[in-house]
Amino acid sequence: MPVLWLVLAVLGIALVGYVLGRSLALASAGGEIRNLHSLPSYYGSNVAMKAAVPALLLLVVWLIVQPFVVNGMVSGMIPESEISEGSNLGLVMAEVHRTSEGLSNAVAAGIIDEDTARNPGADPETMTDRLKDAGQVVTSTLTAPILAAAQRYRALHDSGAWIMSGVVLVLALAGLIWGLRESQAEFRARNTVEQGIRALLIAAASIAVLTTIGIVLSLIFNTIEFFRLYPAAEFFFSLNWAPSFSGRGGSSELGIIPLLWGTLYISFVALVVAVPVGLFAAVYLSEYATPKVRAIAKPLLEVLAGIPTIVYGLFALLTIGPILLSVFGDDTVGWMQGQRAVMTAGIAMGIMLIPFVSSLSDDIINAVPQSLRDGSYGLGATKSETIKQVILPAALPGIVGAILLAASRAIGETMIVVLGAGAAARLSLNPFEAMTTVTAKIVSQLTGDSDFASPEALVAFALGMSLFVITLGLNVLALYIVRKYREQYE
Amino acid sequence: MTDASMGATPAAKGSLTTEDARTKKRNAAEKRFQMYGIAAIGAGLFFLLVLLVSILSSGLGAFQQTFIEVPVYLDPAKLDKNGNRDPAEMAKVSTFGYGPLIEQAIFAQVEANGIATPLDSSKDMKALISASAAAQVRDVVLANPDLVGETVSFRMLAASRVDGYLKGRVQREDVARDKNIDAEHLDLTDAFVDAGIVAKQFNIDFVIGADASESRPEQAGLGVSMLGSLFMMIVVLVLALPIGVAASIYLEEFAPQNRWTDLIEVNISNLAAVPSIVFGILGLAVFIQFAHLPQSAPLVGGLVLTLMTLPTIIISTRASLKAVPPSIRDAALGLGASRTQSVFHHVLPLAMPGILTGTIIGLAQALGETAPLLLIGMVGYIATNYPDGLASGFMDPNSAMPAQIYEWAKRADPAYYERAWGGIIILLLFLMTMNIIAIILRRRFERRW
Amino acid sequence: MNDMSLLERRVDTKDTKISARKVQVFYGDTHAIKDVDVDIQDKTVTAFIGPSGCGKSTFLRCLNRMNDTIDICRVTGDIMLDGEDIYDRRVDPVQLRAKVGMVFQKPNPFPKSIYDNVAYGPKIHGLAKNKAELDEIVEKALRRGAIWNEVKDRLHAPGTGLSGGQQQRLCIARAIATEPEVLLMDEPCSALDPIATAQVEELIDELRQSYSVVIVTHSMQQAARVSQKTAFFHLGNLVEYDDTSTIFTNPSDPRTESYITGRIG
Repeated sequence: MPVLWLVLAVLGIALVGYVLGRSLALASAGGEIRNLHSLPSYYGSNVAMKAAVPALLLLVVWLIVQPFVVNGMVSGMIPESEISEGSNLGLVMAEVHRTSEGLSNAVAAGIIDEDTARNPGADPETMTDRLKDAGQVVTSTLTAPILAAAQRYRALHDSGAWIMSGVVLVLALAGLIWGLRESQAEFRARNTVEQGIRALLIAAASIAVLTTIGIVLSLIFNTIEFFRLYPAAEFFFSLNWAPSFSGRGGSSELGIIPLLWGTLYISFVALVVAVPVGLFAAVYLSEYATPKVRAIAKPLLEVLAGIPTIVYGLFALLTIGPILLSVFGDDTVGWMQGQRAVMTAGIAMGIMLIPFVSSLSDDIINAVPQSLRDGSYGLGATKSETIKQVILPAALPGIVGAILLAASRAIGETMIVVLGAGAAARLSLNPFEAMTTVTAKIVSQLTGDSDFASPEALVAFALGMSLFVITLGLNVLALYIVRKYREQYE
Repeated sequence: MTDASMGATPAAKGSLTTEDARTKKRNAAEKRFQMYGIAAIGAGLFFLLVLLVSILSSGLGAFQQTFIEVPVYLDPAKLDKNGNRDPAEMAKVSTFGYGPLIEQAIFAQVEANGIATPLDSSKDMKALISASAAAQVRDVVLANPDLVGETVSFRMLAASRVDGYLKGRVQREDVARDKNIDAEHLDLTDAFVDAGIVAKQFNIDFVIGADASESRPEQAGLGVSMLGSLFMMIVVLVLALPIGVAASIYLEEFAPQNRWTDLIEVNISNLAAVPSIVFGILGLAVFIQFAHLPQSAPLVGGLVLTLMTLPTIIISTRASLKAVPPSIRDAALGLGASRTQSVFHHVLPLAMPGILTGTIIGLAQALGETAPLLLIGMVGYIATNYPDGLASGFMDPNSAMPAQIYEWAKRADPAYYERAWGGIIILLLFLMTMNIIAIILRRRFERRW
Repeated sequence: MNDMSLLERRVDTKDTKISARKVQVFYGDTHAIKDVDVDIQDKTVTAFIGPSGCGKSTFLRCLNRMNDTIDICRVTGDIMLDGEDIYDRRVDPVQLRAKVGMVFQKPNPFPKSIYDNVAYGPKIHGLAKNKAELDEIVEKALRRGAIWNEVKDRLHAPGTGLSGGQQQRLCIARAIATEPEVLLMDEPCSALDPIATAQVEELIDELRQSYSVVIVTHSMQQAARVSQKTAFFHLGNLVEYDDTSTIFTNPSDPRTESYITGRIG
């Protein structure tokens, strides 16, 4: 791991800089801390910061940029003829990467020597055999252009790494010298270091924005790629979901509507379970329950929220499914064919959402001012009349917001539907039938083969994009409603 | 007096002590409404109870496994033809060479105990033992070549069907359709149980062992994927805690009111609600497709979970920073400390218990998360190898606890369901411990200003 | 004006509406009200005055059992409304509060329309057989609440959109609409400006025609202006209870005198 060594070297330089900077500053003040502008450690930190931060930043940027540059230089070497029918440049380049990695590993293992690995005149077939002997993964027999490209790739990669190490170390040393020259008594080391810290804090806070950008970019690029291979209109309006298993046959039908239908149906069932139970539980806990009951029941209900979704998935598949099947299965009314069904997943999801709805509603109900309750009681209303006619209407916007948030949770939930809902995309009204959802299909299209070039795999990104847009929309709307509601009573 | 006042009020509404019809009706409605509330809470608690009962009743069995304990004669003629006890040479004998020895050893027990069974050859015993038994014996022999020629007692895993039969999962009526085992085997199993040769015992390998192939559920364990989870949690802790705390400090203590700050705030609250599967897509596209990090590696899983956990940690950290009263900051500033010093010397230490609590809860959430791990290839991978060291722990393909549970739940053999439930018990134990630590931290260091 | 009301006072002296005997109130361990005996007369405005925390609001809230909504509050002693013990186990506080209405310190209209605010009480108590009757009750209540002219054109606008004084008169109208026999007012003007206060005080004086009104107030001037009887509370004790004129001109207890003259409070 040369990168690791490089990082350690930079950190070492920084450490040396810290010690030197500290003692230099002290010396310049005649060994008297009072004569310094800042505490000695700030001078040390200033040097360390200047040595390490720019160098490490450059390292990161270099590591990101280099593969693109190298790829660009190498991919020009692949002639059109190498790209066989149904393949693309990406797949060939993957082969080039594998070969070059194989060469490096084989050299490291001592099976071939460096000269052989670099020999441009090497016979592709012998090389294939030798690589196979070395236990490296080579999918087919290498061809001359691929081997040449791989050798070039390897050479560029290696020299790139060397140049990078050199530049990074030089930058670290330059930073060190810059920092050391500043280490004089009158230098405002603390302010400089604090500005550096501030910059680091801003960078940390910006990671949230970077994450969002990352999500949006990775979804958009792949979605555009998908729509290049598959018509967008069909994706949005086709009533059929039938991906072909062969990979790149043109016979796939990839309509999102059946998946959306399954998603919404299951979410609806989940809300039908979660909203009444959660809402009534919240009302009871905040308006009726004695402090003792509240202290016991509330945490117990919240345990449901702490249980991972995989547990609910298994619970749906192995407990709820069989119970439903024994009630609605072929032995009785015959509505249900298998354990996986909209109901199976919906009920499990509903149970999961109960504490979500109840704790959100609890907050919202508690935000209704006591004066409204007093006003109603003062008129001789009973508690339930007060709740039904004063508190709930007053809390309605907030509760609607909470339900929207729960809906967004339900729509984005994956494990429960993967295990409990089934795999067949279906447009049906029978809640005891297996259906599938957007999230379940994202999983099934992206697990397994790692060929991301086919429309069958890329469709997952389009599905992810739709999911992201829908849940984001719901969240923004819900948060807006809840915020408006809170402002009303503040 | 009463009469007089009654006369004085035109709209006297009767006595207070008797309920009029309307009040009765209203009070009945009140009772009903209250019952709905109790019913709702009851329903919630009932679901919780059913969930826990099904987890425990289906999962506890996974911690017990059926073992067969028999003395095996390690025949030199089969295991060491040259007789020089050279491990390198003996290694040429594969597990196929050991199978018959074990079968004979068990068959010897049939005769020794005088059990009447239509199974009359040692080959018929194969259905009783796990395919892992031969490898187990072989490993022992290769480690101690001198044992060859002696009779050594081994405790070997019984076949999954035998285990299922003793646990009530495999019924006699199912066996007719099962090509792995016959009713006679079950009779023999009963006889062996009586003879004390076959017994259910605590199975530590379920907790610390590796995953096994689809056909050997009796051998599968959670240990390797537990390590996978551990390495992921290390990544999450090392990245999410400092980044989360730094981001919160900036937003809470330094951030000016401007567009960029607003943008960050909006982003954090929205990221907290983005479905976890979308983070999986992000991880796949950025870390694997773009950065070419290895698939299935705990490092990648940890990175994805870090991004997912950050909003949780930031939100709770900001809450605990907010709880530190401004007077503390003023006091530090009043002594001539810089703003940075006041935050790092005073505010941050005071907020630390709250931050740690939030971090632990964030970690617990990350530990149970499955969906994003599916997309970066941590499912479908059979986690049979323990990592060799730190680097291998982070970079080599591995699974994670919830991913392993999902993997087991997907497998066709119902014996794996028991293991999935058992895995859930272990996972929940971890989560419970983490939450209890968080609660204790909160109780212990909670400060009321 | 003071002379006028003195004159009226004699004319209006009525029978006892509420009589309290040995009332004690505890909040957890705090003894908030100690041994209070008081008789509140019908068709009279009775004012409770006293320094902050003296227990006057607490005692007021005992009269319609609003304290029931506070878990840690415990009330002993007898409070009789028309000769019936309102703390009797058989008494339904809901029925009681229909007879003893309440207006609060801060105007608290429900986030509903003006009409619905007033109609709420009659609806839950079933006072109207049909929509027309309900309309009539609402109009009557709003007229008696002296706010009809201001809101008659926007009955379906939200009650929260009114000004503070209007909101408080709406709340009074809301309380009247249930046809109570006693109206409790807990510092009804403390959140209002002087003009709105004057309007509400005028209204209280009119309400005296039909109801027994009990008003808690911080302002001695207000007590003097609107009430016929005044009770002075101090540290949970009822120090003195007499005609308002007597309390303000010739108090018998030195503590009352100190408060009236501004030495305590």
